[in-house]
Amino acid sequence: MCNLDDYKNIWVFIETECGRPKNVGYELLNVARPLADQKGCALIAVVIGKDIEGVAKDAICYGADSAIIVDGPEYEHYTTDAFTKAIVTLVERYRPETLMIGATNNGRDMGPRVSCRLKTGLTADCTEIDIDEKTGNIAWTRPTFGGNLMATIMCPDNRPQMGTVRPGVFKKGAYDESRTGEITKEEIHVAPEEIRTTLVERVNEITEAVDLEGAEVIVAGGRGVGSAENFKLLEGLADVLDATLGCSRAVVDAGWMPYAHQVGQSGKTVAPKLYFAIGISGAIQHLTGIAGADTVVAINKDPDAPIFGVADHGIVGDLTEVVPALTENIKARKA
Amino acid sequence: MNICVCIKQVPDTNEIKVDPVTHTLIRKGVPSIVNPFDMYAQEVGVRLKEKSGGRLVVISMGPPQAAQALRSCLAVGADAAYLISSRSFGGSDTLATSYILSESIKAVEEKEGARFDLILCGKQATDGDTAQVGPEIAEHLDLPQVTYALDIIEKDGGIQVKREQDAGYDMIATKLPAVVTVVKLPYEPRYPTLKTRMGAKKKEIPVLTEAEIPTIDLAMCGLKGSPTRVKKTYSPVREKHGVKISGKDPVQAAGEMVEFLADAKLL
Repeated sequence: MCNLDDYKNIWVFIETECGRPKNVGYELLNVARPLADQKGCALIAVVIGKDIEGVAKDAICYGADSAIIVDGPEYEHYTTDAFTKAIVTLVERYRPETLMIGATNNGRDMGPRVSCRLKTGLTADCTEIDIDEKTGNIAWTRPTFGGNLMATIMCPDNRPQMGTVRPGVFKKGAYDESRTGEITKEEIHVAPEEIRTTLVERVNEITEAVDLEGAEVIVAGGRGVGSAENFKLLEGLADVLDATLGCSRAVVDAGWMPYAHQVGQSGKTVAPKLYFAIGISGAIQHLTGIAGADTVVAINKDPDAPIFGVADHGIVGDLTEVVPALTENIKARKA
Repeated sequence: MNICVCIKQVPDTNEIKVDPVTHTLIRKGVPSIVNPFDMYAQEVGVRLKEKSGGRLVVISMGPPQAAQALRSCLAVGADAAYLISSRSFGGSDTLATSYILSESIKAVEEKEGARFDLILCGKQATDGDTAQVGPEIAEHLDLPQVTYALDIIEKDGGIQVKREQDAGYDMIATKLPAVVTVVKLPYEPRYPTLKTRMGAKKKEIPVLTEAEIPTIDLAMCGLKGSPTRVKKTYSPVREKHGVKISGKDPVQAAGEMVEFLADAKLL
């Protein structure tokens, strides 16, 4: 328990890697901006890394009122110990009411470590964030039980209230170059012996990064595609649409596509303008991952596939016939 | 290497349905399984033990029936199992759960007469999906942690962990003791045989309540020790009533879909 009145403002943690920001931090600023306005408090970006002043400026242009930065060589790569110490020190200095973190692997590594040290509540993988009218607390809503149920969670007596949000669930706001704000530099140093893990080697296996979270159009295939060979048909369609290729878990399990392409509860959460679900039956775990898609179109040979229940337009048919026909039609139209 | 694996019994979320009237989970008839990520954690642990010796102990916090989950781990390589179960632990969120587990780990170390070098968890449980309990156990015990492990190798008296990242993996080195959380692995957990199943059946699974965990502070357990509150639950509404073309020639059907997309200015 703590004196709630001592805590104010909303903080968004902006994750960086080698000085480059991850998009999810800016997406969170866009979600938090109206909440800060509603509460009449400041929205503050917190950036920890190496050579990150430009990132702090960009955060202000994406909606933050001001920024706090912690810059140092010990923050070039993420480590649990250094980042936890930095965030906890800042929270104790400034006492924010709310702290939001992107649910990347690093964010989900750091978040619980921080909330546990501060003995406060953390809600993971939120898909909606509101202010509870009665109490003024943040109402964090998230899917649970594999997406079968939504739960709204609050942290009434402890501060800061903490939550993580997966990349791609929300969209970035517009970049407003005219926005200005104060950037405060905080000195927090972590001795080498306090960092108990060492990055020995980084291996990048994928030459071309798969950006499903940021994609406008996604062509995704499921078990119904039938084989790795048949994914060439989907690639053809993705090419004419300039789309990113996605897939369901069954496809990764079968070894037809690498995990980086997986959409759904155990893969990426996506919010494209247009989502093609091809040979995807529509298990609840997959539907949870595409809940943010504006338009869903489905192609499936099973007329009772649950995917048709969430599709704006669908074709019951053989995808090996329908997909090439779609590709040809769109190609002709664009020519 | 002495290893402790923390597991959770979960409902098979593929089999879960939501009651359309009450918006609550229908758990009746839904099979219970060991959280799949925990089975990968156990498999990594058993492989490490087979290589370098030592003992592998599996623990779980839950109701009495969670003993079944522990027994299934005894049948695939665990040497001993402890069930942590008490009414005082009910209603715990991740902070309280991880506190109880960390205090239990200390109590089990006393009973086993040895310290754990490595504590393994699945990256998350498929019912709650929070991925918080592993790192929180590490924090309570003040240990280093590596999350999202694809593999663990013993090296120079410590471990190197292959940690999943966006475009590939990182090799992370750390000293022991440490906490590691494990993702889906390139290989599947082993199956029990009739013999190992019979052996597991004969083993006793001690139950630890607060009486057997002398250092535990009950104010940090259950609802009292949980900063978060579930305010409401509801089933997600996803019904759209879109167009569904059925029984048409593929070329014609594709043409209609393209028309729809063009009208919606999506091409």
